[in-house]
Formats: sequence, C-alpha cells, structure tokens
Amino acid sequence: MTVRDVAKLLEAEVLSGEDKLDIEVKHGGAADMMSDILALCGPNQLVLTGYIHPQVIRTALVTELLGLVFVRCKNIPPETIKMARQHNILMLQTRLFMFSSCGILYAAGLRGVDER
Amino acid sequence: MKLHFDVPGDDLSLAGKASSELKKALGRLGIDPVTIKRTAVAMYEAEINMVIHAHGGSADAEIGPAGIDIRLQDSGPGIPDLDMAMQEGYSTAPEAARELGFGAGMGLPNMKRNADDLRIESTVGVGTTVTIRITLPGSTTKAP
Ligand SMILES: Nc1ncnc2c1ncn2[C@@H]1O[C@H](COP(=O)(O)OP(=O)(O)OP(=O)(O)O)[C@@H](O)[C@H]1O
Ligand SMILES: [Mg+2]
Repeated sequence: MTVRDVAKLLEAEVLSGEDKLDIEVKHGGAADMMSDILALCGPNQLVLTGYIHPQVIRTALVTELLGLVFVRCKNIPPETIKMARQHNILMLQTRLFMFSSCGILYAAGLRGVDER
Repeated sequence: MKLHFDVPGDDLSLAGKASSELKKALGRLGIDPVTIKRTAVAMYEAEINMVIHAHGGSADAEIGPAGIDIRLQDSGPGIPDLDMAMQEGYSTAPEAARELGFGAGMGLPNMKRNADDLRIESTVGVGTTVTIRITLPGSTTKAP
C-alpha cells in the first residue's frame, strides 16, 4: 500500500513529508522505546508510536525510517513537528489507538518488520 | 579524517547530535549506506548511554581507508558488572530516561550487533570508555 492509503485507513493527518504520499510501504512496526526502533526497524519502514518527544525524530533519522505514525493524537510538541519538517521525515497523526491502528494496517496488507 | 564532539550531559534534547554529524560526514565521504547506518546506530546508542547514565562526555571519531574508529569517553559512575549490562533487557535507566523512551536495556546488545568490534572499559567511580570499530567493505584489515 502507499503512504496515502495508510493515511486514509487511519484517518490520519499529514504533519510532515507530504511529498512521500505515493511511496509504497510494505513493512511496519510499533514501538515506544527508542532502542526497540534502533534494534528492530530500518529503511523504508513505517513505525507507529505513542512517543512524541523530538528524540523520536532523531531516532527515525538514524534508522532511516520512511516515517512515523503518531497514535492516539496527543499534544505533539511543536519542536517535534519542526524537526520532522526540517529533515523531511514523514509524520502522520491519528486519533486511533495503537492496537486499532496496527490491526487496521495489518488487515489491509501491511506486514511486520519481523516478517520480511 | 578526525572529528571531535563534546556530548553535554544536562540536555537530553541534544543527545544524538554527534552521531547525526558523523553520519553526515560519512555521507559526504561517499561511504556506503549500510556501513553508514550501522555506524550511526552504534554511536547513537553509545552517545545516549553517556547522556542518560554518565552525565555526558566526549566522542572522537577517526575515519581511515580501512574503517571507522569511534571512542566515547565519560567520567560517570562506571559499569559494575559488564556481562550483566550486555544482556538484553538489563537496564538501570532512571525514571526520567524511561519517560523519554530509553531504558529498554537494548542499547549495548544493539551496539555489539552493529559494530565489527566493541570494547568497553569501565571502572566504578572513574568512568567508562567505549570503543567502536567499523570495518569498511572491501577493506581486508580485520578488527584488531
Ligand atoms: N556510559 C555508561 N556509564 C555508566 N553505565 C552505563 C553506561 N552505558 C551503559 N551503562 C549501564 O549498562 C546498562 C545497559 O545499557 P544499555 O544501553 O544496554 O541499556 P539502557 O541504556 O539502560 O536502555 P536502552 O539502551 O535500551 O535505552 C545501563 O542501564 C547502565 O546501567
Ligand atoms: Mg542505552
């Protein structure tokens, strides 16, 4: 599926990386711990997270993720959004919770980073 | 090429800056993307550890034709039991660090996976020195 499909399925808002909507995404993960992202995720993957501190953008950059989906619509600090835009990291925001978001994407064909 | 970074210990929002800068420098040198990624991940974990466990320190990177050597040095509390610290899931991260997404106890094992050679010298009450060696592809020089 494309990033655009992901955004539609999760009724998500695109906060950064609008130019990446037509990119094909095959694998995703979910993590709130930075070391889990660093250890398990990598290039071209989408990570769903509830973690909104700017550090997550740095982690996404180091691991070369395609982008991040912020679940359960918290108050994302402006600093996080600013940093994502500065580095052109794809950033989506959904009001759905983590479990539902993962389930919806999996049912639609997105596979886990452990299923590569 | 040699690079030196000070890693401040009082501002977690700056943690990871040194590794980002090294990553950029490696990109400019035309080093292959897979090597760049594992170098950046290993150094990032070490840098974060220095900030959350040891009040910061310094990092030096040397990029040569055979590989990349990174040395991260701090004057923090040291690691009493290295074997224990190397285990996945072992963490003494303070609550504040956990709230910021750290403390899974995955950092050191992750560094080991990404580095060709990882050395940790640590003395309780004195500090910790972490040396990461990344061999460049095509180079025949083995890690020391
Ligand atoms: N520079 C350091 N100074 C003192 N103690 C350290 C240092 N680096 C690591 N440690 C100790 O080793 C433990 C394991 O480190 P590791 O990086 O694997 O996990 P963590 O930092 O606790 O969590 P994570 O890396 O998953 O966020 C730490 O919890 C800490 O007790
Ligand atoms: Mg760590």
